[in-house]
Amino acid sequence: MPPRRRKPFPFHILVFLTPAVLIYTIFMVYPLIDSLRLGLFSLNDTGREVFVGLDNYRTLLTSDLWAPRLWNAIRNNFVLFAIHMSVQNPIGLLLAALLSSQIIRGRALFRTLIFTPTILSVVLIGFSWRLILSPLWGIAKDILGIFGLESLYRPWLGLESSALVAISLISVWQYVGVPMLLFLAALLGIPDELIEAARIDGATGWGVFWRIKFPLILPTVGIVATLTFVGNFNAFDLIYTTQGALAGPNFSTDILGTFFFRTFFGIQLQLGNPTMGATIAGVMFLIILAGVLLYLFGWQRRLQRIEL
Amino acid sequence: MRTRPILIMLVPLILGAVALAQSLVIESWRNDDLVIWRDTIIPAFNAQFPDIEVVFAPTAPAEYNAVLNSKLEAGAAGDLITCRPFDTSLGLFEAGHLVSINDLPGLENFSSVAKSAWITDDGSHVFCVPMASVIHGFIYNADAFTELGLSEPLTNEEFLELLEIIKQDGSYAPLVMGTNDQWEAATMGFQNIGPNYWKGEEGRLGLIDGSIGYNEGGFLKAFEALATWVPYLTDGYQAVTYPDAQNSFTLGLGAIYPSGSWEIAGFNAQADFAMGAFPPPPPAGQEVCYISDHTDIAMGLNAASPNAEAALTFLEWMTTSEFAELYSNALPGFFTLSSHAIELTDPLAQEFLSWRSICESTIRSSYQILSRGNPNNENDLWNASAQILNGTLTPQEAADQVQQGLEAWYEPQQ
Repeated sequence: MPPRRRKPFPFHILVFLTPAVLIYTIFMVYPLIDSLRLGLFSLNDTGREVFVGLDNYRTLLTSDLWAPRLWNAIRNNFVLFAIHMSVQNPIGLLLAALLSSQIIRGRALFRTLIFTPTILSVVLIGFSWRLILSPLWGIAKDILGIFGLESLYRPWLGLESSALVAISLISVWQYVGVPMLLFLAALLGIPDELIEAARIDGATGWGVFWRIKFPLILPTVGIVATLTFVGNFNAFDLIYTTQGALAGPNFSTDILGTFFFRTFFGIQLQLGNPTMGATIAGVMFLIILAGVLLYLFGWQRRLQRIEL
Repeated sequence: MRTRPILIMLVPLILGAVALAQSLVIESWRNDDLVIWRDTIIPAFNAQFPDIEVVFAPTAPAEYNAVLNSKLEAGAAGDLITCRPFDTSLGLFEAGHLVSINDLPGLENFSSVAKSAWITDDGSHVFCVPMASVIHGFIYNADAFTELGLSEPLTNEEFLELLEIIKQDGSYAPLVMGTNDQWEAATMGFQNIGPNYWKGEEGRLGLIDGSIGYNEGGFLKAFEALATWVPYLTDGYQAVTYPDAQNSFTLGLGAIYPSGSWEIAGFNAQADFAMGAFPPPPPAGQEVCYISDHTDIAMGLNAASPNAEAALTFLEWMTTSEFAELYSNALPGFFTLSSHAIELTDPLAQEFLSWRSICESTIRSSYQILSRGNPNNENDLWNASAQILNGTLTPQEAADQVQQGLEAWYEPQQ
């Protein structure tokens, strides 16, 4: 055997990796670990941190004071997620399908218009929608009036029964552009030969979409679902700007993000409790971790790679 | 030729750098008052103490406590801290962020009631200079009252009749208030009219010593009185925010605005109709009236301030009659807590202040001691009052809910 020349250590890989690893470690990994650590401590009377193990988690899950709030927030988070999955993503897919077909004119214009709200500030979106839906100066009532439906108007953002749904739909309106773009990119990546072959075999448009295109964009469906899940369980800003940190009425729009904010920073006369806040952040992290792992092992591993 | 102007331009910079050593930063939640501090109060102070530069640096009210706590922890807070009443500031003092100002000259100008909101439980340390109180009541659109031929109600029964007349007429919303932000329902509703039912201090101190609960007697009656407002609130009040309600009233869309004296400055600037005010009307047959004259705002010294000497000079100046007069007139509706006799030029503010001599004063029931535990009594009251007005709880259910929250941790109530 000829002597194998040892390859030199690939220093260039280090050079490329170091900045990202450093920045990610300093600004993401370290704060995350420190926050998880803080959740295992409690402040004593003198303001010192004392190690209490999983006591905070036990309090959060079992005490009459914390548990109902926690489950309410988790439930609301799942409602938020369910509405995004059942409204935002199908509409995103539909829009992508329409925009990828050749029959529609001005596709670039529609694409831009639909994507624009995504890049606007949530504060701006929240404020605009508050105004649109306002019972005092909103145009929602007038628009319903055009169709003679004025009696259907309700102060949706102020009613326990409808506030969370209304806010979810505002968020859907804002972010529908993201799944649309991802689906669109995937749809445009499908080679024309496949579709032409199907056409020649006599498949209808409907058949081509569900039998050929949809299976090919399944990986994107998984990614969109994961992004939606992570985004929804990390959500905070829209609720905070439209309803405030109390997430009214009567906590009907309270999600883990607002629950965390109130606990960590305090609200009005209630002082902040950083260790309990960190515990809630820990619960958020665990839920998101569970969701992402479920996706990785339950979905992504089963996907078959199809050579196109 | 060229260098001269540059040198001259450098002079203020150098002076500024020197002055910086004596520069004070004030933390506050009163961002509405920025202009008043900058143009009126600070120049008056500088007329006497030209060497001390003062910067008023407010934060949004809802974020103030959170932001201030973070800044104090990080050692980045300003020299002077505007103090919320009672436990929020007491907590800061106990954590060593505020210093005791017992020895401050001029503190004798404040009564013990005035100091009660910024003193340790045993009375041994005062940690903030009391600035002002706010008085609750109802502000009304006087032009609308004239148009409809109405007069100020003297009893609660007259008040409800008045609301019915305005409702029947239909040109104005009878009561301009929303429940979206929750605190209005508790602060401008429950705490506004409540003292008439729980007999002011008698009821408030009864809660603290445990002799009365929220779900009985005067407190239950106050919740019931609040529930009678429901038919008269602005359309869609469940989604009306505090700024919405303010704008709606100053645009002339409503007749009566349940509120407090802190609105006066803003309303004077916004409304182009005449305004009047009446105190919360007691139930018929009750001779004595009670008002909420709430100790609301004070100023303390950040223990970590590098400019403590200059800051103490400023605090001492705040105890003078000059400051009292300046502040109360610059901010009509914020009434000085000092014992200096002052003249108020604003008629609406004078009207509010005049109730001090005809009614018994008290403060909001939940502020002293009762909001120390978890669940927080003040936040519970917000939730319960908003739910009463939203129709999701009956007064009895709401009262029971608040009482349960208090009993959960407050021993005298158990």
